[in-house]
Amino acid sequence: MATPRRGEGQSWLNARFPASRLWREHLANYYVPKNLNVWYVFGSLALLVLVNQIVTGIWLTMSYNPTADGAFASIEYIMRDVEWGWLIRHLHTTGASALFIVMYLHMFRGLLYGSYKAPRELVWILGMTLYLILMAEAFMGYLLPWGQMSYWGAQVITSLFSAIPWVGPDIAQWVRGDYLVSGVTLNRFFALHVIALPLVILVLVVLHIVALHEVGSNNPEGVEIRQHKDDTGKPLDGIPFHPYYTVKDLLGVAIFLFVFCGVVFYFPDGGGLFIEQPNFEPADPLSTPDHIAPVWYFTPFYAILRAANFSLLGLDARFLGVILMAGAIAMLFVLPWLDRSPVRSMRYKGWMSKVMLRLFAISFVGLGVLGVLPSTPGRTYMAQGLTVIYFAYFLLMPFYTRWEAARPVPKRVDR
Amino acid sequence: MSRWWLALGLLVMSWVAHGESGISRSISPDINDQTSLQRGMRLYVNYCLGCHTLTYQRFSRAADDLNIPQVLMEESLIFSPELAFDDPMHNALEIEEAQRWWGSAPPDLTLTAKLRGVDWVYAYLLGFYEDPGRPLGVNNTVYESVAMPNVLEPLQGVQALGCPEGASRVLSTPEKCRELVLVRPGTLKPAEFERAVYDITNFLAYVSEPSRLKAQGVAPKVMIFLFVFGVLAYLLKREYWKDIRKPGVNE
Repeated sequence: MATPRRGEGQSWLNARFPASRLWREHLANYYVPKNLNVWYVFGSLALLVLVNQIVTGIWLTMSYNPTADGAFASIEYIMRDVEWGWLIRHLHTTGASALFIVMYLHMFRGLLYGSYKAPRELVWILGMTLYLILMAEAFMGYLLPWGQMSYWGAQVITSLFSAIPWVGPDIAQWVRGDYLVSGVTLNRFFALHVIALPLVILVLVVLHIVALHEVGSNNPEGVEIRQHKDDTGKPLDGIPFHPYYTVKDLLGVAIFLFVFCGVVFYFPDGGGLFIEQPNFEPADPLSTPDHIAPVWYFTPFYAILRAANFSLLGLDARFLGVILMAGAIAMLFVLPWLDRSPVRSMRYKGWMSKVMLRLFAISFVGLGVLGVLPSTPGRTYMAQGLTVIYFAYFLLMPFYTRWEAARPVPKRVDR
Repeated sequence: MSRWWLALGLLVMSWVAHGESGISRSISPDINDQTSLQRGMRLYVNYCLGCHTLTYQRFSRAADDLNIPQVLMEESLIFSPELAFDDPMHNALEIEEAQRWWGSAPPDLTLTAKLRGVDWVYAYLLGFYEDPGRPLGVNNTVYESVAMPNVLEPLQGVQALGCPEGASRVLSTPEKCRELVLVRPGTLKPAEFERAVYDITNFLAYVSEPSRLKAQGVAPKVMIFLFVFGVLAYLLKREYWKDIRKPGVNE
């Protein structure tokens, strides 16, 4: 049998599948601004952590028992009797928190440099959809250990649906499949967590990246590198993603993994934030924990929910809280149309935008902290104030981005 | 901008550092102290296991991790003839009986050190005092109206709530006179007893996550590997990027 000549296999493949074309279009000849800074590493890191979640998730599924009677014990079985089970589980639990840290930084980068503005609205909206689905994924995953916080967290969140007038209680019951969170709920959350939502997430990741590669990356200057090309059609301020950003992201991956593994191996409980203390007790529908708080990455929205302790316009406090919470996430979706500034990057926006972004960051972190703590009257006032700031950032954006004087943006990346 | 991040970081840290009320002392368990863990296990098996199971902890795993020979474990730490070396640390207590005796069944303690924290366990075991108002004549400073008797009383002796030594009873406020005072000594001196309670707490800390020992063993290798990987990644990045002119720097 004759040995195939070099390149023969490649052309055989390329005649049947666009392997070389995909490589060129998305890596070797995909031009990226050369001035991307550290804020731009979190997209690759989000993909890395997602892969970690999928791989560790598959192995957890092999030993996990999705029943109300067996779930809690099967987690301890994984932690003690499965070879390296403790590592697989802690990679998964720490990975969930890491994914949200990385995603929040990734989203903040978007706010900082105006990456949501035309022509990247769809990239932003697909990303926000991904964020929304990942919240559902994380929420359902959190029920699976069947600890006290899993159970009561799910009880609180599913009962939010019952705040909807008229149809609410029926919807809540339909979501749970029972009058209360029960083994039935656990089974369906398991199905959604390991099959349905991961499929949706993977499709959305592909769509997010395809949409991004169609319009190209934004950059800290907010200039469009595709407007200045050389004779061969290559952007003058662009460099190929591979090898330049693959090696740069590799460095980011190394630094990230160093921190991530530090947590996995030394502080897997994350000081009670990544694995909450009450979750070391099996779920007990007859005994409510003293203080129920969702995992830290949901707490900004939970604090907004709790901040509504008054009725308004005929809406009762609970329903108002649900509307505000949904509104807080909905705001992010319409962001591309709220920003009327002629420039993208914060570097060239006026002082009002800069102040508002800082206030927004403070309100988000502040709400996150308040959402973890038990509520007191003083904290509720604080949460109300921070909720006002949170919404002001979005609702006033059409005005302050137009009123303020933006600085002129250079034509090229080199100032 | 960096000052803003610092402020945010401090805000988060100040919240993380908040302590739990009612527990005065903070102890640091040392799961590498095998002598302490062995003493803790012996005390646990003798004084606690009769009522409190460790459902997820196997005798054999403890023997491996704590360096206790199988023969010794089987002879002096596995009392029930129904239990084998590879079995979880169960007991012969009937739940219904226990509920009849104490009003509530003794909980499994495998994860208690995680659930309530080691400081809580330590303070709880030291916090029993004489209280004639309770069915068993004892109460606890950490867990008010607890159903459990002070099983360590032969070792500890009897404590009562009272004014600290040397304080004037006339001038002291009632709150100040709620300190634990040893009124009848046990077989151990107070310092020895505290050491024994530390050993039990330490053992429970180990039991709550035995894989911590393995994690601690693997961790340095992983961290060193990642550090070297990071240095190589940095050198690779620098090599590739030296051709790229930095934006903002004129040629």
